[in-house]
Amino acid sequence: MRPPFAAPLLRDAVLVAGIAGVLAFPFVGLLLTTQGTAPTLSTRFPEFAGAVVLIFFGRLGISAARRGHSLFPIVLGVAMATVGAFSLLFETAGMAADSAAPWHAFVPGTFLATVASAGGVAIVVVAGRNYLLGDSEPVARKPLPMKQLLLWTGVALAGVAIVLPLLPAVDRRLIDVATLVLTYVMLGWGLNIVVGLAGLLDLGYVAFYAVGAYSYALLSVTFGWSFWVCLPLAGALAALFGILLGFPVLRLRGDYLAIVTLGFGEMIRIILLNWYDFTNGPDGISNIGRPSFFGFQFASKPAEGTESFHTLFGIAYDPVHRLIFLYYLILALALLTNAFTLRIRRLPVGRAWEALREDEIACRSLGVNPRNTKLSAFAIGAMFAGFAGSFFATRQGFVSPESFTFIESAILVAIVVLGGMGSQIGVAVAAIILVGLPEYFRELQEYRMLAFGMGMVLIMLWRPGGLLTHREPTIRTRPQPASP
Amino acid sequence: MTPLLKVSGVRTFYGAIEALRGVDIEVAEGEIVTLIGSNGAGKSTLLMTICGNPQARAGEIRFADRDITRFRTWDIVRLGIAQTPEGRRIFPRMTVLENLQMGAVANPDTDFDDGVRRAFELFPVLGQRRNQSGGTLSGGEQQMLAIARALISRPKLLLLDEPSLGLAPRLARQIFAVLREINRSSGTTIFLVEQNAYHALRLCHRGYVLANGMVTLEGTGKELLQNPAVQAAYLGGTGQ
Repeated sequence: MRPPFAAPLLRDAVLVAGIAGVLAFPFVGLLLTTQGTAPTLSTRFPEFAGAVVLIFFGRLGISAARRGHSLFPIVLGVAMATVGAFSLLFETAGMAADSAAPWHAFVPGTFLATVASAGGVAIVVVAGRNYLLGDSEPVARKPLPMKQLLLWTGVALAGVAIVLPLLPAVDRRLIDVATLVLTYVMLGWGLNIVVGLAGLLDLGYVAFYAVGAYSYALLSVTFGWSFWVCLPLAGALAALFGILLGFPVLRLRGDYLAIVTLGFGEMIRIILLNWYDFTNGPDGISNIGRPSFFGFQFASKPAEGTESFHTLFGIAYDPVHRLIFLYYLILALALLTNAFTLRIRRLPVGRAWEALREDEIACRSLGVNPRNTKLSAFAIGAMFAGFAGSFFATRQGFVSPESFTFIESAILVAIVVLGGMGSQIGVAVAAIILVGLPEYFRELQEYRMLAFGMGMVLIMLWRPGGLLTHREPTIRTRPQPASP
Repeated sequence: MTPLLKVSGVRTFYGAIEALRGVDIEVAEGEIVTLIGSNGAGKSTLLMTICGNPQARAGEIRFADRDITRFRTWDIVRLGIAQTPEGRRIFPRMTVLENLQMGAVANPDTDFDDGVRRAFELFPVLGQRRNQSGGTLSGGEQQMLAIARALISRPKLLLLDEPSLGLAPRLARQIFAVLREINRSSGTTIFLVEQNAYHALRLCHRGYVLANGMVTLEGTGKELLQNPAVQAAYLGGTGQ
């Protein structure tokens, strides 16, 4: 029997919106600015009202979904997401700039619109779960078909990623942010091999990223080799460094391993900083070769006797072509990393990594050579960091030790841990949350770090094992049970 | 005929502490041999030493006419010695089938499907739980999984460290019955370390008693069961 519908929900939503109103009025409703020397107090009632209305509907949807209703919260969530998304579109398409338009006062700011659409989607997800599981009792539910859900989520995410640059509402900035996020997704997937699968807590992963970036930078500047020649070389060099780090830490585990790898990461950065003759020290390396479309430059005026990308296709030159190409490049590299990981988990070496994470002594007693297994995990994880590093160098055109500080390693470990150790989709989602959102909401300045911290605390409270803890078995019903 | 496993004069140290003080043991092919002794006698140390972790500081261990004293654990396992270490040590987040797959590492020629079929015949409950993660199994099922995992690669010699530890008497009896069945049907040689002296001695062909790092008694299972010293020390003096 479902709880009665309207009255308690409405009362609850009004109460929450009221509390939010009291709290939000001084923070959102009033704005203190200085004009000349005199501080003036102005009001922002539309924003304030928008926030309170949003909280009212959001709360209504959440409590309805929580109580096992499905239809009403789905409708509400879809409505919220639609309104939010349309407001965002207006905002980004610059229509809101036309402040003379009468409807302008009703278009909420980017932040509110984003919260509205994200909240709407969240409500739809929770309510959709109710719908899938039937409008039954909220307790004693049957488990979700995780395999299908994850598969379709993955396909949907990949689909969005592939068509993203082609969408009309997508601008340069979003492509830039998406490229950055994908770099972290790729690094997260690479680190996932080491931390998530093999269980080796590596706090110095950024070192391999740096090795890859500097390999490409030096090879490109010194010899003028192209990106496609340098990419495998940078990967191989990073893998070599992975083995070099792996050897001394073979016997270490847990905290001790973390400390040594942290030191290794810092060592590489300090060497890059001080070996002036080789790395140009703190000045970094500039004029690194930009990527070419398989030999065709992205240049408005191609060099003598060469063709550039836009003349090849007979289209007008547009600097965004290069950005889109970079985006697809990192997307392809990231998907390669993902495909590799999914495949190797089913092979003996990948299985040995996971077993090693679970119990090293049992592995030895079953004939697994822990030395080779650990070294292969370090080497392969480092190789993908090397690929990502080359990409970073060619995208920026400039590398310096400043880009490879400890905070990068920390963010990467946070991505893997928050995503759920070993979960590929979890890592991608965590990268979007930890890197994409703070980057996209840069105008919120310090508040985004506040939100970042709050998000971390909430995830640790609600999902201490990471966002997605489901682990897909690598082998199913084979072989058939023995028939009597 | 030379024994399958021959341990002679083995001395093992943990730092300065001498855990094994010159142990001699032989296991012939097709036998079930059991090793009993009180806590701290060195039973587990002997099993671990056979597997090369820790390595013996003196003495010699020969397996199938090969000196394996200085071999690495994983190389020893690949020669055909399977071990179920103390405390089961299954992989908790991996499924039953994945755990069994790990058992095939030691022998690249393993027929995995056939091995799994045999395992599920011996332990039907594992077949029902094949896609469940190891950590969700009960203690007895985990022990069955550990034994099944060790048997996947068709080892010549199976080393077992206290398979009845922490199991209800009925489950312990079931495990011992399966061990006898494994030995009888496929001729697998079994070397068993046990605290549960009564069951172990009834199961085995021959037994050794280990005390303070030295073998103090040896004989057939029946002889040891009737030995007054064994009865007093390990069987509660009841006399069977």
